[in-house]
Amino acid sequence: MPTAAEPTTLTIALVGNPNTGKSTLFSALAGVHQRTGNYPGVTVEKKVGYVEVEGRKIELIDLPGTYSLAPRSPDEMVAVDVLLGRREHSRPVDAVLSIIDANNLERNLYLLSQVLDMGLPTVVALNMVDVARSRGVAIDVAKLRERLGVPVVEIQANRRLGIKELKQTLAKVTEFEAKVHESTFPEAFQSEVTQLQSSLKSDSHGNHALPRFLVERLLLDSSGYLQELLLGRTTDQQHPELQAARERLHKAGAPVPAVEAMSRYGWVGRTLEGIVARPKQRIVTQGDRIDKILTHKFFGTLVFAALMMLMFMSVFLFADPIMGFIEDVVGSIGEFLGDKMPDGALKSLVVDGIIGGIGGVIVFLPQILILFFFIAVLEDCGYMARAAYLMDKLMTRVGLSGKSFIPMLSSFACAIPGVMAARVIENRRDRLTTILVAPLMSCSARLPVYALMIALFVPENSYVVRGFILFAMYALGIIVAAAVAFVLKSTVFRGPTPPFVMELPTYKWPSPRLVVGRMLERGWRFVHDAGGIILATTLVVWAAGYYPHNVEVVEGPFATQKAEVEAKLAAATTEIAKTAAAEQQANLDHAIAAAYQKQSILGRLGHFIEPAVRPLGWDWRIGCAAIASFPAREVVVSALGVIYSIGSDADETRLSEKLQTVTWEGTDRKVYNIPVALSIMVFFALCAQCAATLAVIKRETNSWRWPIFTFVYMTTLAYLGALVTYQVGMLIAT
Amino acid sequence: MSTLADLAVGRSGRVLQVKGVDDISLRLLEMGLTPGVEVAIVGAAPLGDPIELELRGYQLSVRKSEAARVEITPN
Repeated sequence: MPTAAEPTTLTIALVGNPNTGKSTLFSALAGVHQRTGNYPGVTVEKKVGYVEVEGRKIELIDLPGTYSLAPRSPDEMVAVDVLLGRREHSRPVDAVLSIIDANNLERNLYLLSQVLDMGLPTVVALNMVDVARSRGVAIDVAKLRERLGVPVVEIQANRRLGIKELKQTLAKVTEFEAKVHESTFPEAFQSEVTQLQSSLKSDSHGNHALPRFLVERLLLDSSGYLQELLLGRTTDQQHPELQAARERLHKAGAPVPAVEAMSRYGWVGRTLEGIVARPKQRIVTQGDRIDKILTHKFFGTLVFAALMMLMFMSVFLFADPIMGFIEDVVGSIGEFLGDKMPDGALKSLVVDGIIGGIGGVIVFLPQILILFFFIAVLEDCGYMARAAYLMDKLMTRVGLSGKSFIPMLSSFACAIPGVMAARVIENRRDRLTTILVAPLMSCSARLPVYALMIALFVPENSYVVRGFILFAMYALGIIVAAAVAFVLKSTVFRGPTPPFVMELPTYKWPSPRLVVGRMLERGWRFVHDAGGIILATTLVVWAAGYYPHNVEVVEGPFATQKAEVEAKLAAATTEIAKTAAAEQQANLDHAIAAAYQKQSILGRLGHFIEPAVRPLGWDWRIGCAAIASFPAREVVVSALGVIYSIGSDADETRLSEKLQTVTWEGTDRKVYNIPVALSIMVFFALCAQCAATLAVIKRETNSWRWPIFTFVYMTTLAYLGALVTYQVGMLIAT
Repeated sequence: MSTLADLAVGRSGRVLQVKGVDDISLRLLEMGLTPGVEVAIVGAAPLGDPIELELRGYQLSVRKSEAARVEITPN
């Protein structure tokens, strides 16, 4: 990181509306020289890039896209704090780069007017002038430059045009003679601010003088957020001076908060007067025609459904084979290393713990990359907002908005990209609710569990019954998610409905560079931030399944059998005898593995929790397998294979045949009946047995509180669901 | 008094004022629904809500409950 000691270093903040090509510009300027992190205490992503131009090093801070610098939450406050140099451990900003979409000058200049009020040297990057021109809109850039009083550089960020000139302008940004930007607010408002600023200075709170921009915001913010933050006053009582000032302004015809929009848009109108020439007849662009279809009541819904289907089919079509391949490769590496190593704790640690754990991290990558490819394409071409628009009404029924739809839908493939995709939801309460219920959607990792349990009792050719049970499991996830979302939104996350007022951006071709970049970034972020946690849990569960590993106690009873089989194998002369002896040996190995499992900490835990899982119809072995599957649900299948002495890699048919013969220990009563199978399915539909998802929740919420909350509530629901299923099932069955 | 929520798809009007002082009203103002501005209703989602507006040369989606805060004079 550059230090303040380098005089040639400039810190510049990139500010702009969403959908202006801000991310494209950032990557065009910084290229690969960027790093991301989180601002402490909030969920806002910190993105910093480095640009070198003419011997100067520019540190470029990409602030979250916003329509307005009017903070009403800690997340929104980040941008203002960075710009005003109020953020601890960050260098003060030397200048601002403001990106403006030439097709949307009025609304973009609204934000610019707030930026200019901060008094920092500013450079305007005017993007997508080409698109504006194609619509017959002509902009007199020279005049705009003159009226704004700051450098205006025309760029086409997607084609990297004008970037060089922009860099050169940025390097000289502090040398431009600044034209004093006059406040757009009416006299009455300005004098109230001046008065308030001096009276707050003498306040006994010990506040150091607030910058004028913040005093203006304080006066304008009726949410009470800034009052509490800056004056230490709770929201239920208004600061008397603020209240009096607002009342005076109301009488003077400058009502808060409307006065800001009226003044700023007034300034925008004056600034653009005579600068923008529009065609008399609005030119209907291809984008308009596409939009007519895509937001059409019938065709729009059809296209939407088709797109979502395509997204899913791609995940299953492309991700599944790659995941299978990764598992095979990881398995072969484990086998290869296993052959080279002597038996013992180290071998087991390397093969089952480390390699298995690393495999457990990268196996998620195909799904994450493919889903994020789609999400990035949808976002960049402007369809994401349309999807939210189409689905909003449906989602409001559970207290969410259309913006939660894509994250929830993605979670049917895998909750990890679903949770990561929730970042587009600006409202914190909606975002958290979405993140917390997304793991309830039946993801692809539940399929092996469902398949095994269904195979237990439903004949292979009963497609209808199989289909119905599978459907019921998906429906269960959706219904419970809707219910939990509703409860969360009416309790912990209760609050005023956030605005849905949302721009529907014009369609454009997605930039391949941006799409690939975002896809790789998300994949890397997952490996980097969640990988460690996933690996650690895998290792803990491995250790619990391996230790104490008392060889004498476990293998002692098998000693004679072992010697017999070995002798048989050595004596076997014919192929048939050899195969038979080898099979006997494999069976014996599986039996020993099962004995180790029973002796292990995991096995003892299984026994320990048996009283708790008995009401679910489970014996200690199922309880043990459920604990073993904490890192990932699908592990339960191989864990059952080990416990029932047929090996961890037994196929589904063999395993289900075996399960049907299993009896309660010491009796001939069968363990698995229909209620037990259903209770296991319901448990795995609702439980949080996925370390990767919990790790990603931790990453996205920047706190341990929410993954713990998710684990506790999902496990509770899973337990209760399995309990009811089994008990009701037994009542019906008997 | 008519509001944006009363306008049928294809109709337009001129904004008189936005009622309320909370987040939603503020956002409507910030997005450019200020007194005097021309707004047209260009579409509605499949379930009739939200609706799609056009103003200041761009498209905006708002819920009907939000549109009801915007008082207008229909054209």
